[in-house]
Amino acid sequence: MEYEDFKDNETLELLKKSGGNILLSTIDNIINWGRSNSIWPLTFATSCCGIEMMAAGAPRHDFARFGVEVYRASPRQADVIVVAGTIVHKMAPVLKRLYEQMPDPKYVIAMGACAISGGPFYYNSYSVVRGADQVIPVDVYIPGCPPRPEALLYGIMQLQRKIKSEHPMGNGKDQIDPDADAETQAKNK
Amino acid sequence: MRMENNSLRQRMETLVPDATFPINSQYLELVVPDGLFHEFCLNLKTSPDLLFDYLISLTAIDWKDHYMMVYHLTSTTFRHTVVLKVRIDNRENPQVETVSDIWKTAEFHEREVFDLFGIRFLHHPDLRRLFLDDDYGFPLRKDFADESRMIVK
Amino acid sequence: MQEEIVKNIILGEDEDYIINMGPQHPSTHGVLRFEVSLQGERIKKVVPHCGYIHRGIEKMCERDTYAQIIHLPDRMDYLSAHINNEAVCLCVEKALEVDVPERVTYIRTILDELNRIASHQLWWCAMGMDMGALTTFFYGLRDREKILDIFEESFGSRLIHSFNTPGGFMHDIHPGFQKRIKEFITYFRQKLPEYDRLLTNNVIFRERSIDIGTLSKDDAIQYGVTGPSGRGSGFSCDVRKIEPYGVYSRVEFNEILMTEGDVMARYKVRIAEMYESMRILEQLVDNIPAGDYSAKMKAVLRLPAGEFFQRVETARGELAVFIVSDGNKSPYRIKFRSPNFSNLFIISKLAEGFKIADLVAISGSLDLVIPDIDR
Repeated sequence: MEYEDFKDNETLELLKKSGGNILLSTIDNIINWGRSNSIWPLTFATSCCGIEMMAAGAPRHDFARFGVEVYRASPRQADVIVVAGTIVHKMAPVLKRLYEQMPDPKYVIAMGACAISGGPFYYNSYSVVRGADQVIPVDVYIPGCPPRPEALLYGIMQLQRKIKSEHPMGNGKDQIDPDADAETQAKNK
Repeated sequence: MRMENNSLRQRMETLVPDATFPINSQYLELVVPDGLFHEFCLNLKTSPDLLFDYLISLTAIDWKDHYMMVYHLTSTTFRHTVVLKVRIDNRENPQVETVSDIWKTAEFHEREVFDLFGIRFLHHPDLRRLFLDDDYGFPLRKDFADESRMIVK
Repeated sequence: MQEEIVKNIILGEDEDYIINMGPQHPSTHGVLRFEVSLQGERIKKVVPHCGYIHRGIEKMCERDTYAQIIHLPDRMDYLSAHINNEAVCLCVEKALEVDVPERVTYIRTILDELNRIASHQLWWCAMGMDMGALTTFFYGLRDREKILDIFEESFGSRLIHSFNTPGGFMHDIHPGFQKRIKEFITYFRQKLPEYDRLLTNNVIFRERSIDIGTLSKDDAIQYGVTGPSGRGSGFSCDVRKIEPYGVYSRVEFNEILMTEGDVMARYKVRIAEMYESMRILEQLVDNIPAGDYSAKMKAVLRLPAGEFFQRVETARGELAVFIVSDGNKSPYRIKFRSPNFSNLFIISKLAEGFKIADLVAISGSLDLVIPDIDR
């Protein structure tokens, strides 16, 4: 196609609605493969799960071999935020601001029982937010208190699978359903 | 010289005749009336045979009709320990003298007690809340209830 | 008067340049916010703001039974989780006047010292990483995994065990426990001089730590700075020597004291403490007496009415547990005097006049764990 048409986003939308062509879906796969194999997290650890996250980066359970190469200190350069630790009412606006500062496509992993639902602090605490998903949308939940580093690696692998089945041009939340036939796929897009 | 509980008790009685001594199996415990509290603490720190210069812990207990401030003090030279208590009877507006000019660490422990109980410390250099928001209640009081945030088992 | 004010505003003398470090920051080791007022790169004032992880543990414990509160102090200072557990158990056992079997006290002391070495290793890696030496992160965590293997074999969990209960343990330790500790000691005795060669004599590290953040002994006592941070200034505050618990009265070890009080002194105290911990382990590991792993306790514990106080030495300083009981099965009031709470606030005094990079070095040398401050 012409280069001006290629750069033009409205044309791309029309192309997707009509089903697209094989070249585009191969590009989808390449983009998704690239994204899923190089997710760089933000340094965000509030409490005990942070130590297991550091241990997952340590020589024994190295997660750099999964593509999680470095930790970025600034949210503008990070792809994923691993919410490791309890979120408290005073910290919740800070978490929301960090999430909003991250550029798309961004993902969230809720690590540990505290980030899933408040954990051991569910009953009788007056200041704990019962789960990080009350503040930001979460993609993967990893249970444990604290979860082993191997559990974090499994969670990262699940996130990689989720990214690979995603629509790269969409807002990150559409899924390509491989079992549906071409008609329903076109309808879903 | 390290003083045993009996000799400590006699010494305290000379300094504050009105003090009462509840029974405690571990350390010497004394309840001091409110008016003489600050001067007594200064004596505890500066008297050459007592020298209580390290404040281990400062806290408050809510006994439903009164508050009790509890101070654990020890001496780094003689290694004797004493538990000091002050009773606060006013529940609506509890106040007590600060000891942050005697032991600097009390400045922050008192801010924490103010945050969690609402007890005001007179002449404190910077009394503001430490952990919680300014308009939140005082959680460690026994009559505190927050339906929106607490899930009570 | 008015002209002066206008002149000051124009020259900018009245204004402080204030920046925020945190709460999300790679080097604050948790969620702590420093409000730093600067003049150029020199710090004029540092105000720490805590409360970003305040979970209300003391209030939560008022509704749990004595066997259930064991799990909460673990999560306060999670790097010395076993020592925190032991503090609560000792306080409850003192109140109930229970005779704990010899085997339990020996193993508790051994686990204390292992936990202390693991915590100091993590401190060493974080301190090096903050100063820019990323190698220490990898070396320290690699060696720490050996200790976590020992824990995992006996308890099933690496970081937070909750293995102590009032009266003893939940179950007996693994039969290979003693052998593994001996292997670890031989391995670690070779590695610790490597740590020294890597960091202690490094010229960049020395420039960044000697005469930085000097804490005098008087200030340490006034502010209640305990643990290795206080001992680096000459404040003799080791609870294992003052009010011994466990088997500490029967083992030989030195209390490490230094006089300079700067970042390098606190660093050296912690490295020397790792050697002392290994010495204690060597004296104890072969002499664990056989016996029960727990005393006979009732199913529901009720403490007699009264107040009970217990002090222990965690890896960061003195933890004191104060339980007020009115005869029920939950404590009426429980107070944790945590070491990091007192150690934190000295930072506004120590960092004045230094640069921001020195603030990072000072807070690394104080070894703060933030959930312990906020509880």
